Amino acid sequence: MSTARAEVPGAGSTGRPQPGFVRRCIFSTDHKTIGKQFLFMALFMMAIGGAMAMLMRWELAFPETPVPLMSWVPEPYMYGGAIPPNTYNSMFTMHATIMIFFVIMPILVGCFGNFLIPLMIGARDMAFPVLNMLSFWVGAIAAVILLASFFVTGGPAAAGWTSYAPLSAVPIYTGVDWGQNLWCISLIVLGISSLMGSINYITTIINMRTRGMTFFRLPLIIWALFITAILLLFALPVLSTALVLLLFDRLAGTHFFLPQGGGEPLLWQHLFWFFGHPEVYIMILPAMGIASEVISTFSRKPIFGYHAMAYAMGAIAFLSWIVWGHHMFQSGMNPALGSGFMITTMIIGVPSAIKVFNWLGTIYKGNIHYTAAMMNALAFVAMFIIGGLSGIFMACTPVDMYIHDTYFIVAHIHYVLFGGSLFAFFAGLIYWFPKMFGRMMNETLAKVHFWITLVAFNCTFFPMHILGMNGHMRRIYNPLQYDFLKPLQPINIFISISAFVLGAAQFILLANIIWSMAKGKRAGANPWRANSLEWTTSSPPVHGNWDGPLPVVHHGPYEYSSPFGEEDYLPQNVETPAKAAVAG
Amino acid sequence: MSEVSTAQPHFDQPLAVELLESPLTPENTGKLGMWLFLSADATIFGAALVAYLALRIGSTKWPVPASVLSIPSTAVMTLILICSSMTMTEALSAIRRGHQARYRGFLTLTIVAGLVFLGLQAREWNHLIAAEHLSIDTSLFSATFFILTGFHGCHVIAGVVYLGVLLIRGWSGKVSAAKSAAVEIASLYWHFLDLVWIAIFTLVYLI
Repeated sequence: MSTARAEVPGAGSTGRPQPGFVRRCIFSTDHKTIGKQFLFMALFMMAIGGAMAMLMRWELAFPETPVPLMSWVPEPYMYGGAIPPNTYNSMFTMHATIMIFFVIMPILVGCFGNFLIPLMIGARDMAFPVLNMLSFWVGAIAAVILLASFFVTGGPAAAGWTSYAPLSAVPIYTGVDWGQNLWCISLIVLGISSLMGSINYITTIINMRTRGMTFFRLPLIIWALFITAILLLFALPVLSTALVLLLFDRLAGTHFFLPQGGGEPLLWQHLFWFFGHPEVYIMILPAMGIASEVISTFSRKPIFGYHAMAYAMGAIAFLSWIVWGHHMFQSGMNPALGSGFMITTMIIGVPSAIKVFNWLGTIYKGNIHYTAAMMNALAFVAMFIIGGLSGIFMACTPVDMYIHDTYFIVAHIHYVLFGGSLFAFFAGLIYWFPKMFGRMMNETLAKVHFWITLVAFNCTFFPMHILGMNGHMRRIYNPLQYDFLKPLQPINIFISISAFVLGAAQFILLANIIWSMAKGKRAGANPWRANSLEWTTSSPPVHGNWDGPLPVVHHGPYEYSSPFGEEDYLPQNVETPAKAAVAG
Repeated sequence: MSEVSTAQPHFDQPLAVELLESPLTPENTGKLGMWLFLSADATIFGAALVAYLALRIGSTKWPVPASVLSIPSTAVMTLILICSSMTMTEALSAIRRGHQARYRGFLTLTIVAGLVFLGLQAREWNHLIAAEHLSIDTSLFSATFFILTGFHGCHVIAGVVYLGVLLIRGWSGKVSAAKSAAVEIASLYWHFLDLVWIAIFTLVYLI
């Protein structure tokens, strides 16, 4: 297994020869390449998922009118550019599926996890490099299967990303046959990819840390990825089980989720949300880790409450297993059980608040550098607070009864997933771009992108709270069918225009990525003057990560403005000068 | 795992026996990987068994398992699988002491036990399908039965192939006392099949 990593110190620049093009760029076992592959796959899928969001917003603002420039889409998917109801159903289903499973997870876990873990813990590569390569390619197959479902008769899955049975279990209910089957198969395959990834991450973090890198000297993003990997390891198998049973219901004539054969539709909901709630934290914990790195670096201050931050993530992860019922308050659950789920859900507010206060404590009286990365990280904290607070609303059974399945829920999930996870992704991308590609991202473009995105994001999603409070249901095709929603239509139009601006602004990001990869300012090893180990090697790092021996760690990763050093930072591999003087 | 680099400071100290035993050392990444895989696999079986129990408790017309399934023949299957765990342990301890022939012998016994288990399971399935006219879509009882035992059976097939590879490597002399970690990792998987089967035997057949 690890024998492939054995190296001869000092032999050549990296200790082992550079492999050929195919092994280097396509079927690479280098964790840095695999991380970038996940990044590009996710960006590609983000374009598709985003385009679907744009089409949905057009439909909600201008129901049943042809979408400009879309008249080429053949029937029955669209009629001269107008979106029919079943296509709309497929769109919100695939938008969520793509964004959750093929954008946010590959970016936060696949890209940052792969790229950062070995670099930040001081390892040459992952514990199982071949498994790591397979993890990406199996994930790519899952993406291809999902995209293939757009081209089968009946179109792609249309039962919502939650695919509640029996709607999802009988083809005639949604009119989708193989689209839903491929949806199930794609996510089962993705589960295998995720399993390989999480085994690799956990093993690597436990077994491959360099000398001196104790658990409580790990950067918080490594803590976040470690806990995320544990959640993935135990959450995805439950989804896989549920998906297999659903496939049997659809293909083999069983009745696991169908009442007419004695099955239990609620069993699907329990299995799905037992996976689904940890999944929510899988998508936010790495974002929290990114924010911790960026905020501490650009406040030039140690992170406030390092241990509390790590324990808070552990507490969130633990609690995430016992809150799934809060998605099912409407399902006729025993009120006593509902109260239990309500209380456990509200308790999650405590570790989440600890994290927010610690970020604020880190910024407080810091020497703040308003770089584009820092701005995005601060936006993450602000948006996460709004999303977190609306979460407390829906944790309360009586409130949730009222706002369940309304746009209030849509507003909440986008505040935590777009406002949270994606702003953290922007921050992380700008922050680690020089390490990934050896060049800085254009700071001006990044700031323009940030401001347009922040304003358009809030104009898009904040009014959805108001829609939801007024009873606007989620997943409806044409709000004008309901008299009580007609007065709200100006808000829908405002949201859609903001959404188009938000979508257009992402082209700035795309342009910035492409331009900066080719023409960006060359980055030194440590452009942000940061402490963690990835900044102690060249940008981009060589094959094998460090020339010569691995770095040895002497202290934690957040020693900014240390009174011992002459600089305002103290990399982890540098001994504290005062201690060195004593020892010397 | 023995060709570790001197450049990595972790490997500087001589290896204590306890270090070799623990999965939490750099020398034993494979062992930790298998433990993690098994914990995820256990979650799959756990979710399936919980779903099975939920459906069974919610059902009004669940048959008494013993009235459809043959407990004595399944008890023999269970015994054979448990015994195969013992032969697997013998194979591991033989290769750790460098006894190649003994290792190959006990590994062969383990594989044969796995094959006998699969044969008996195929006989049971054949009986249920041909004589009892059960199929996967007959009832929730048959659906859960075929999926649970079938999924476990797939694991046993994979296990037989896995051990077969180790046996071939044993014949070509690629397994030695120094490289016994691969055998230990395989034995973790094989014992896991045993454990899962005991849960299935209890929940699906006995109660």
